[in-house]
Amino acid sequence: MTDPTDLTIAEARAALDRKELSATELAEAHLDAIDKANEALNAFVLVTPERALEAAKEGDKRIAKGEARALEGIPLGIKDLFATKGVRTTACSHILDGFTPTYESTVTANMWSAGAVMLGKLNNDEFAMGSSNETSYYGPAVNPWQRQGSNAKLVPGGSSGGSSAAVAARLCMGATGTDTGGSIRQPAAVTGTVGIKPTYGRCSRWGIVAFASSLDQAGPVARSVEDAAILLKAMASHDPKDTTSVDVPVPDYAAAVSKGVKGLTVGIPKEYRIEGMAAEIDTLWQQGVKWLEQAGAKIKPVSLPHTKYALPSYYIVAPAEASSNLARYDGVRYGLREPGNDVLSLYENTRAAGFGQEVKRRILIGTYVLSAGYYDAYYLKAQKVRTLIKRDFDQAFQEVDVILTPTTPSPAFALGEKSGDPVEMYLNDIFTVTVNMAGLPGLSVPAGLSSEGTPLGLQLIGKPFDEETLFRTARVIEEAAGPLAKPVNWWSRAA
Amino acid sequence: MSVDRATVHRIAHLARIAITEEEAARLEKELSGILDWVAQLDELDTTDVEPMTRVVAMTMKQRKDEVTDGNCADDILKNAPTVDDHYFVVPKIVE
Repeated sequence: MTDPTDLTIAEARAALDRKELSATELAEAHLDAIDKANEALNAFVLVTPERALEAAKEGDKRIAKGEARALEGIPLGIKDLFATKGVRTTACSHILDGFTPTYESTVTANMWSAGAVMLGKLNNDEFAMGSSNETSYYGPAVNPWQRQGSNAKLVPGGSSGGSSAAVAARLCMGATGTDTGGSIRQPAAVTGTVGIKPTYGRCSRWGIVAFASSLDQAGPVARSVEDAAILLKAMASHDPKDTTSVDVPVPDYAAAVSKGVKGLTVGIPKEYRIEGMAAEIDTLWQQGVKWLEQAGAKIKPVSLPHTKYALPSYYIVAPAEASSNLARYDGVRYGLREPGNDVLSLYENTRAAGFGQEVKRRILIGTYVLSAGYYDAYYLKAQKVRTLIKRDFDQAFQEVDVILTPTTPSPAFALGEKSGDPVEMYLNDIFTVTVNMAGLPGLSVPAGLSSEGTPLGLQLIGKPFDEETLFRTARVIEEAAGPLAKPVNWWSRAA
Repeated sequence: MSVDRATVHRIAHLARIAITEEEAARLEKELSGILDWVAQLDELDTTDVEPMTRVVAMTMKQRKDEVTDGNCADDILKNAPTVDDHYFVVPKIVE
């Protein structure tokens, strides 16, 4: 039998129901893989083996009784941004040292009630602020992929870098992520995994450490389009505890996966052909167009004229909301506390010691743009630009059903390669951030390898709450691209 | 639009983050760089554009104004660094 960690979620569910494999065996195989790999990959910041085995045992009981649920016995990793009851949750920030929630996020609660097994908490950029996982207080997670003929360590993308690294390295079958400007799709693209940020309001934000509330959405990272569909179905719900959670039924996404693209019109936005874009990214994009055309889709050029303004307006909106959300970390109610002579210096010392450089930078930008006299010039202006970005999409979607773009402007870069200039790092999100600004669903699907032998992804953008079209289109690309080679295992230490 | 050193100190104080002079020097450069970069939004005339509030038109949900949670003081204090009985402890504020 194949290594159980190589199975997809769909295959594992079938094997579990046929009793070819027990949930306990599946959990043990993954815990063993984590044990051997985590020193090198640093994908997990906390492993919860007892909890995993207990949940697996419960799963085996249910399977024996014929009462298996949608994710029964499936071992998952959870980004450290999701509050997990009784399990340390820090958003990979020093300021949340030792924080152990007394409540469970809605998304993870949904997954546990579908029978999923938690293996542990996954690394991410501190408070999800980053594109390379290098801002984590626990150190960077590392991409299992390496360039041909090189052993330089590459970033797994960010902020959900632990999620993408762990899924690509077969340390878990799927993972939760969050995406504020590309934090699910960009890591998925550079690790050869599938990641979807659903429509804003599709997944509850309740119990997820807040970064930028008008942009944050949860979604899955998985190894196949079908698995991503299965996971999203379990994660999504209407939640009265989140006022932006939308009360529309959750479709059976997995049922849409194999519907094909015949009759669909795919839009190609000319503004995404940016200056200086690597030729191989363009080639991959054209390849994607050809695949969809061959599968029966119509291709149509569209124009999204405000694309270039998405990233600069994002870097007003996101820091502004972050500065407000992160005001709660004061050394009084939870987490780290650095003493001071008075309450003000207690706050200032705690926040100075507890936040990393990138987080401080964003809080200060946010504080500045929201400070007296600047609100209209920055935040209000940026929110107006969002309307223009959204209008571009609304117009495009009058003519097309789905939009195809590259996910990232380049393949995975090396650790430390881009940490000098903040704006250079921000440019990694140039293709993904528009989707958050407009609130639309976006999916990244692996489409091939770069000249360096590392994965590249294509992004699909859909109409609000039309995740189904993304899944069926992504499946066509996945099939045409063929199975991606597994990254060569350099990371496991000998047993 | 650039920020000067005094502005960096002022916003750091507003954000309640202690910074060293060395950090202030670095932040002055970085924040100015970011603000210069976002200044390209000035090219857009947004006079008659409404700010975006939501993805799809929906009415803000309402519920009855009633207590739905509570009696969990121990839970709330569980992660606090310093507590006394059912209180958060901070340095003396009023002499």
